[in-house]
Amino acid sequence: MSRPDVVIVGAGMVGAACAYYAARNGLRVTVLDRASVAGGTTGAGEGNVLVSDRQPGPEMDLTLCSLRLWREIGDELGRGPIELEPKGGLVVASTPESLSALRELAARQRRAGVEAVEVAAGDLSRYEPHLAPGLAGGVHYPQDMQVQPMLAAARLLAASGATVHCGVEVRGIERDAAGGVAAVVTGAGDRIGTRTVVNAAGVWGGQVAALAGAHLPVAPRRGFILVTEPLSSASAAARGVVGPIRHKVYSADYVSTVVSDDAALQTSTVVESTRAGTVLIGSSRERVGFDRSYPLPVLRRLATQAVALFPFLAEVSVLRTYLGFRPYLPDHLPAIGPDPKVPGLYHACGHEGAGIGLAPATGALIAAQLTGGEPPVDPYPFRPERFG
Amino acid sequence: MSASGHLIFDGRRVPVKPGQTVAAALWAAGIRSWRTTRETGAPRGVFCGIGVCFDCLVTIDGTPNQRACLAPASPGMVVTTQLGTGR
Amino acid sequence: MTSPPLGPSRPSPSGRYHVAVVGAGPAGLAVAATAAAAGCRVALLDAAPAVGGQYWRGRDPGVRLSGVDVMTGSAVWFVSPGFVLHRRGSDPVAAERLVFATGAYDRTLPFPGWDLPGVVTPGAAQAMLKGCGVPIGDRVVVAGAGPFLLPVAAGLLEAGVRVVGVYEAGDPTRYARAPAAVAGARGKAREAMSYLATLARHRVPYRTRHAVLAARGVAAVSAVEVGQLDRSGALVPGSVRPVECDAVAVGYGFTPQLELPLALGCATRLDTDGSLVLAVDFAGQTTVPGVYAAGEVTGVGGAALAEVEGRLVGAGVAVATGHRSPLSEMELTRLLRRRSALRRFAALMHRVHAPPAGWPEWLTENTIVCRCEDVPVHRIRAAVTGLGATDGRAVKALCRPGMGWCQGRICGYPVAELTARWRGRPLTAADLAVFAHRPIAQPVRLGDL
Repeated sequence: MSRPDVVIVGAGMVGAACAYYAARNGLRVTVLDRASVAGGTTGAGEGNVLVSDRQPGPEMDLTLCSLRLWREIGDELGRGPIELEPKGGLVVASTPESLSALRELAARQRRAGVEAVEVAAGDLSRYEPHLAPGLAGGVHYPQDMQVQPMLAAARLLAASGATVHCGVEVRGIERDAAGGVAAVVTGAGDRIGTRTVVNAAGVWGGQVAALAGAHLPVAPRRGFILVTEPLSSASAAARGVVGPIRHKVYSADYVSTVVSDDAALQTSTVVESTRAGTVLIGSSRERVGFDRSYPLPVLRRLATQAVALFPFLAEVSVLRTYLGFRPYLPDHLPAIGPDPKVPGLYHACGHEGAGIGLAPATGALIAAQLTGGEPPVDPYPFRPERFG
Repeated sequence: MSASGHLIFDGRRVPVKPGQTVAAALWAAGIRSWRTTRETGAPRGVFCGIGVCFDCLVTIDGTPNQRACLAPASPGMVVTTQLGTGR
Repeated sequence: MTSPPLGPSRPSPSGRYHVAVVGAGPAGLAVAATAAAAGCRVALLDAAPAVGGQYWRGRDPGVRLSGVDVMTGSAVWFVSPGFVLHRRGSDPVAAERLVFATGAYDRTLPFPGWDLPGVVTPGAAQAMLKGCGVPIGDRVVVAGAGPFLLPVAAGLLEAGVRVVGVYEAGDPTRYARAPAAVAGARGKAREAMSYLATLARHRVPYRTRHAVLAARGVAAVSAVEVGQLDRSGALVPGSVRPVECDAVAVGYGFTPQLELPLALGCATRLDTDGSLVLAVDFAGQTTVPGVYAAGEVTGVGGAALAEVEGRLVGAGVAVATGHRSPLSEMELTRLLRRRSALRRFAALMHRVHAPPAGWPEWLTENTIVCRCEDVPVHRIRAAVTGLGATDGRAVKALCRPGMGWCQGRICGYPVAELTARWRGRPLTAADLAVFAHRPIAQPVRLGDL
């Protein structure tokens, strides 16, 4: 193969977005993944493109930029093929205390440019007819979207025109006399010469960094999702008939579990319909390494909380469950940009549970850094050297 | 073991023999399908016959998504064709 | 099988049984009876309302289960390490050792029209007839591969049904080329001969190296297209002809039910018939200590092998839980010999009745592959050739085969096989495992979880 300008390690959502924007900036891109396209955390989430769960600050800037880029991608690839749905989010509070905290957050988010509309308790059923009665109130976030992340990653990769090799593990990253990236060595022993490597290996980003002698403290934060029987159909959705749950609906305590540093199990209620007709139920967070077991108490807690929010779900069957590992960095911000010690190595990982939503802005920022272009957001808060 | 009598399928009387499943009772009455798929609306009935494939889902006494090949048939039962998701 | 009279089995004070057996077919019954005979406290669970499994199907298996807590109507939907079996509608069952004897179900291959009402599996035909006394049609075609086609056809004939043809994709004359393996399972050959005699008596055409390529009909099947296969399993050009019928039973052997052992992390392997089966050691123990397997889940081989394995595993878990083996040295030797002979025969059977290599050529772009999610061939092809899916997991994620009610039980094998072929590589155990991994083993209502 011809020598690529950049080798991207990881064919998940972030790697796909990096490939897409790098290729659009004229770079010859090769993407390597040891498994398949979207085989890691990308294929284990809900496809969140959320502004509602972000605190004002650097990540909000990245989020708002990404939201704009997601709409562009939807125009370019078509919303249907990637199941991009601007469905909006509805955050609900069960107690007056949590409602006032939610309102306070919404006010700060509004000042940062987010659309956040307060919904009185009596109006909640106009948004979600099946919600349990007795909730204190909520906030509607019309900008929140959902995307089918595996389709989005695969289609973005295809649209990028990048050379993609799946089932190819990166075993080493060679450096030249000056310490800069010289080549990537695969598990089969092939050597791909390149001056630039983008580490988009998600939760395995720390291991890829280590191959180049770099350090990035990415750790897995496990999560489970329950999937119900189909309650609506894609063919009905194409005619504009939505599933029983219209928005992404979650409880106000979700935001506090997202930003928590606790390693122990935390759950909050997240419920939404998908285009395929199922309902997805989350979410849990715990730092237990790469443990792939399914503890029943966690699944039970997710089910109980979902039924509390949507009582009709009690009669609905769960068909399957899956788990994933969010790439967690200690300050809950992704690492995007050049490695401080290894010239030519860039990191684009550690997005925790927001990698789908933040992927386009991450890709655009990396592409700008690779080509000396104007960065779409201030890259400083995401600089990898903060861990160095 | 259930008794003899009739179940009602889409308003029609279908004989039930002891020990029969809903699928067997319907099949014996010449009924080959009692569900449509949610995407293409194709008719479906028994396929695996042993509870594995979920192709024979049907609504029984108002509860959708029952496996007709496993559910014992009983007199007076009301069975209705399940369209799409059954919901 | 005999066992000394025992008092009713009781869980230990901690509420745990010595051994819990999941599945009460020939293997599970033998495990339970043998372990109980050794003095183990045994729980025997099965989802069906009676013991016997698909093989005995409500008939009396003639196995003495004194000392066994029989828990029929127990659909296990979750297993926790340690071990706890969670059942729908009743209390969980805890045990020191688990034995999975969950059996197998018909393996099917898609073909145009296979989703028409009236196209069923041989297992369905048998269940309807033997379980409920209802034949699947008046003019029936029986097709696919494997020895099971014969009793299905013979059973229908005895019930007065007109069987218009039996089409076996394999070439049973190949049995003659392995006389040693056949000699080890003489009973099976005798059984097959008697079924063939029944077919001949009713003048039913029995065609080998033939397959049903398509089913036609409007509201239900009214005809099938049958073609001849060459030695490589490809269709012989010009050999296709229609056969009128009102029902078809078609299946290509069996494939094991593995979700519970997989949930505990038991390792699997690809068997000679292309099925995913559990990897077990000499004693029937899986790669997870304390978890055993017997019968079809260790490799499809029929009821006789399942029973032999069951007795050996039952004795093994008895010893592992501190009991004396109920088997004499002589019985043990005999059972081990019998197991070897039956396994040799099973391997031969897998080769003779392998799924015909040419089956993907019978598909059209619009043939449904995943019956639950209405996924046609062209969407799977697009995922593999257009969206870069290199394995079953990616195909599943990109176009949803295996995501529906049956969770890949039916389409898992064909989707894995198509994916591997279109990637130009052989089928692997990993391809199949993607579709067999179901931590929630049975649908369960959220309110009951």
